[in-house]
Amino acid sequence: MPSLKDVKTKIGGVKKTAQITKAMNMVAAAKLRGAQQKMEDFRSYAEKFNAAMGNLSSAMDSGAFPLMEKREVKTVEILVVTSDRGLCGSFNAHILKMTDKLIAKLEGEGKKVSLVCVGKKGISYFRKTGKVRQRYADLMGTFQMFNARTIAQDIAGNFLSGESDEVRIVYGKFKSVAVQRPAEQMFLPIQPDAVAATGATSSAAGAYLYEPSTEEIMEVLLPLYMNVMVYHAMLEVSASEHAARMSAMDNATNACKDIIHSLTLIYNKARQAGITAELMDIVGGAEALK
Amino acid sequence: MAEKLKLEVVTPKGAVVSKEVDIVTAPGYGGEFGVLANHAPFLSTIKTGLLTYKTGAQEETLMVSGGFCEVSNNKLTFLVESAERGADIDVERAMRAKERAEKRLAEAQAQKEKFDRTRAEAALQRALSRLKVAERRKPS
Repeated sequence: MPSLKDVKTKIGGVKKTAQITKAMNMVAAAKLRGAQQKMEDFRSYAEKFNAAMGNLSSAMDSGAFPLMEKREVKTVEILVVTSDRGLCGSFNAHILKMTDKLIAKLEGEGKKVSLVCVGKKGISYFRKTGKVRQRYADLMGTFQMFNARTIAQDIAGNFLSGESDEVRIVYGKFKSVAVQRPAEQMFLPIQPDAVAATGATSSAAGAYLYEPSTEEIMEVLLPLYMNVMVYHAMLEVSASEHAARMSAMDNATNACKDIIHSLTLIYNKARQAGITAELMDIVGGAEALK
Repeated sequence: MAEKLKLEVVTPKGAVVSKEVDIVTAPGYGGEFGVLANHAPFLSTIKTGLLTYKTGAQEETLMVSGGFCEVSNNKLTFLVESAERGADIDVERAMRAKERAEKRLAEAQAQKEKFDRTRAEAALQRALSRLKVAERRKPS
């Protein structure tokens, strides 16, 4: 039986923890709103971009562009996008597990794997494997399009120089506030079918005037398309991270409340037992005096 | 000029302009081009520069950088990395950026560093466009 004082200190401690988790929950909720707004803002851009890309790629023949070129795959690069901070439930763990599986599968096929990590969680997880080629930390909070561009350019450079023959992205997809799933996506070589499928408008495909030629436009658009993809993945992860943290912290707060409840019960029982014991003493003493 | 064009300027941070206009002038790949209503379907890349549009007698200017535009069915969509109105531009900052870019450009040229040069050139281009937009805003 723990002493009264021990239980009381413990209750105080748990209460403080609950306060912290509750504050984190509210901060995450506010940040989630910001991240969702950012996603919303970006959506119209992405939709129009994909539509234009779809129109364009249906109008020309692919394969002429280095970024679309399919090569025999020897080295696969994986872009892992995770959050910078923990305390968001199993969100990062899921992404990392999926990456691990993918690595194991690819290596089983005799391919080499190199990693580009965005977000501290991924970096520290893969540090010891020696596979990390490039790392980007502390971006998730305030990233902008140009951050995505830096990353995309780096990956494209590596792809074009032949260091990697295929690039995939693993990131956390934001399904809803309650559900976030890790997702894997083909990144490079860019597949025109996938592009065409996302841009489902074929209003006047092929009837466009192009300036400069379609080829030159593609030279500009393909890197842009990469930026859009990377930026999109980062947005998804950022929103998912906050959503995951929100629910994790909500659970933690509830757990704290449960603990406080049961500790209070123990405390009261101990107090009652103390009082009873003292009463018995007094009664016993009084009896003895008679 | 009964028919109007629907102009939309969209950046990754959301739509900047969405309105009916009469004429649009934009910095295309091969130089400035103008678009009126009933233009043929058209797709072009956009360089850093000034985007001007007119509704009646009212004229407005934006600074846009890097992207492309699409024209179809009297709809004109610009997808650019950034678009700024004159009122949002910090002239002093743009001035500083211009000086910085010029310095870097000179350095890069001295060292024949191609990558730095393209970057400095782009930065200079942006700064100059910003200044131009800011200038137009002022009633001179």
